Amino acid sequence: MKIHEYQAKALMKDAGLSVPAGIMVTDPDAAGAAAAKLVAETGNPVVVVKSQIHAGGRGKGRFIEHPELGGVNVVLDGIDGGVEATKAKVAELASKMLGSTLVTVQTGPEGKTVNRLYIEQGIDIATELYLSVLLDRSTSRNIVMASTEGGTEIEVVAEETPEKILKEEIDPAFGLRDFQAARVAAGLGLEGPAARNAAVFLKTLTKAAVDLDTDLVEINPLVVTTDGRVMALDGKMSFEANALFRHPEIVALRDPSEEDAAEAQAKEYGLSFIKLDGSIGCMVNGAGLAMATMDIIKYVGGEPANFLDVGGGAEKEQIAAAFKIITADPNVKGIFVNIFGGIMRCDTIAEGIVAAVHEVGLDVPLVVRLEGTNVELGKQIINESELNVVSAEDMKDGAVKIVELAK
Amino acid sequence: MSVLVNKDTKVLVQGLGKTGSFHTDKAIAYGTNMVGAVHPSRAGQTESFSGETDHSGVQGRQNTYSVELPIFRSLIEAVDATGANASVVYVPPPFAADAIMEAAEAGMPLIICITEGIPVADMVIAKRYLQDRDVRLVGPNCPGVITPQECKIGIMPGYIHTPGKIGVVSRSGTLTYEAVHQLTLSGLGQTTAIGIGGDPVNGTNFVDCLKLFNDDPDTEGVIMIGEIGGTAEEEAAEWITANMNKPVAGFIAGTSAPPGKRMGHAGAIISGGKGTAAAKIEALEAAGVVIAPTPTDMGTAMLQAMG
Repeated sequence: MKIHEYQAKALMKDAGLSVPAGIMVTDPDAAGAAAAKLVAETGNPVVVVKSQIHAGGRGKGRFIEHPELGGVNVVLDGIDGGVEATKAKVAELASKMLGSTLVTVQTGPEGKTVNRLYIEQGIDIATELYLSVLLDRSTSRNIVMASTEGGTEIEVVAEETPEKILKEEIDPAFGLRDFQAARVAAGLGLEGPAARNAAVFLKTLTKAAVDLDTDLVEINPLVVTTDGRVMALDGKMSFEANALFRHPEIVALRDPSEEDAAEAQAKEYGLSFIKLDGSIGCMVNGAGLAMATMDIIKYVGGEPANFLDVGGGAEKEQIAAAFKIITADPNVKGIFVNIFGGIMRCDTIAEGIVAAVHEVGLDVPLVVRLEGTNVELGKQIINESELNVVSAEDMKDGAVKIVELAK
Repeated sequence: MSVLVNKDTKVLVQGLGKTGSFHTDKAIAYGTNMVGAVHPSRAGQTESFSGETDHSGVQGRQNTYSVELPIFRSLIEAVDATGANASVVYVPPPFAADAIMEAAEAGMPLIICITEGIPVADMVIAKRYLQDRDVRLVGPNCPGVITPQECKIGIMPGYIHTPGKIGVVSRSGTLTYEAVHQLTLSGLGQTTAIGIGGDPVNGTNFVDCLKLFNDDPDTEGVIMIGEIGGTAEEEAAEWITANMNKPVAGFIAGTSAPPGKRMGHAGAIISGGKGTAAAKIEALEAAGVVIAPTPTDMGTAMLQAMG
């Protein structure tokens, strides 16, 4: 689960980490007022106006409606013009940014609507660094990853100068130790108070990551200020879905406007659904088989419209819900149901399909492939239903048939 | 012969809720030697299982079965009383990692965790706990392990399996069933089928299973089923190149999966280009593994690999 930058920074602040002062706003007047308040409180005439969306690359992103504007804007007007100039400029920026569509390398060409802005105090930066905490799957442990190349995408650093990435493994029995934190700080070229502050920051951050069950914390850039403080200038946090049950305070930070409506609806029915761009709707049991079903549709020349795993114990209601979600997508020109009945019996699935089609209706071709427990009974139910359903012999046969029918 | 489980495996079940009871019943019907259950609040009681024998399982049994399964307070008590040498975990996600650790503390040589949805952080701790103990964890979030007609531990449908000569190892449940089904139809059959699970932190990995199958005299070939994410398949490819002396076929799910949809931004960096289906297929093919282009071709790919 993802959250916004301003929410991540509030969590960091609660954990005892240093972040710039900032205020989240949703309208231009409040944006201007927030800027004035920050200038008054911090004494720094510079403020930053940052788009809050669940995607990275905001600084280099551009608004479709205002191509001259990036997603993050530094306002320097206050240096000469005083607080009124800052206020006016921030309000003007906010009126253009709010409600507009920001396109970044991570949003796709359709972009994301900006509904929230974070107005933040300016910081006098001496050094920009990179810091993250994430799971290393090959060792089954969390690691700290750090680099002197702050502000650059870490993928680029890994590609071009992998020697500039420092890694430190966190033993879950002991946590990140002082000597490890000090080693990272030294590796980042820090000395004196900055090195000590960075080591404390690191230890505090890794503890917060474990306490909050994050699956990724990324601070890019982490900055050292001209007076030696260490601060998170940006902050990205995402949370591990399996652990959300023990973090109601994190679940409360969910922003539904950032999530796909169909995916959210599917989740309510216990279905795992991801929308894609193709025309063949898929309904499958099991995540691996669902992914392989998408693959085989592509292999025979089609494009999948979705990933959909109905799980191992789907009932009639869930199958009907799955049908509704698939058919609600106007791009869908055909549906492929691919079931390997194990514990879930094929006749149960067949009854669910028949009932769902009667309830929801069906305007596009439907190909059903059933295999496994009670397969003959399942096929019989489908055949006797007088529905316009094509049976498939195996997965490939089904994929070929649905791609042909959907043309 | 087989790996991990056979007719001498004595199994304890941890977590006797609805799911645990249902699959314990199926296992007994298949002929698995279920010897007890752990459930602190029901210690001293028994749970009754009876029904029609699943004749696709252990051969030469009567047509019905009736078993009174003893319930114990703790793993250690259960092991002392029954001599169990394997446990299967159906405990709900918030408590499952603890159940694994309890089994490990009791020295259970084989722990198979079926539970889906365990917090990753819990598994990181559980795996650390297992590190210096001589126990093996399979899973979590897996269908289990089966040696056809000897022992079925987990949620897989027993009847699709048939004794034979292919070792099966997979990260995905239903794709395992597809592979097993095709191996049965092609007459190759299975020595043992192992579901290693779809979670990022798991106990037994591809390399562990390849080693077991390589050393098993009855296993003549191995089929491995992987998917996008992590580098377990790439590590398997390296191991195969250096050590494997049996033919290997494979399938990798996720060639059509959109990049970045599931893998975390910085997660891609550790794998450094090694997380995609294309990279996994390339690594495995370079190691001489015959990759099935579609899941329908898994049996054919295995036959091809066998020559």
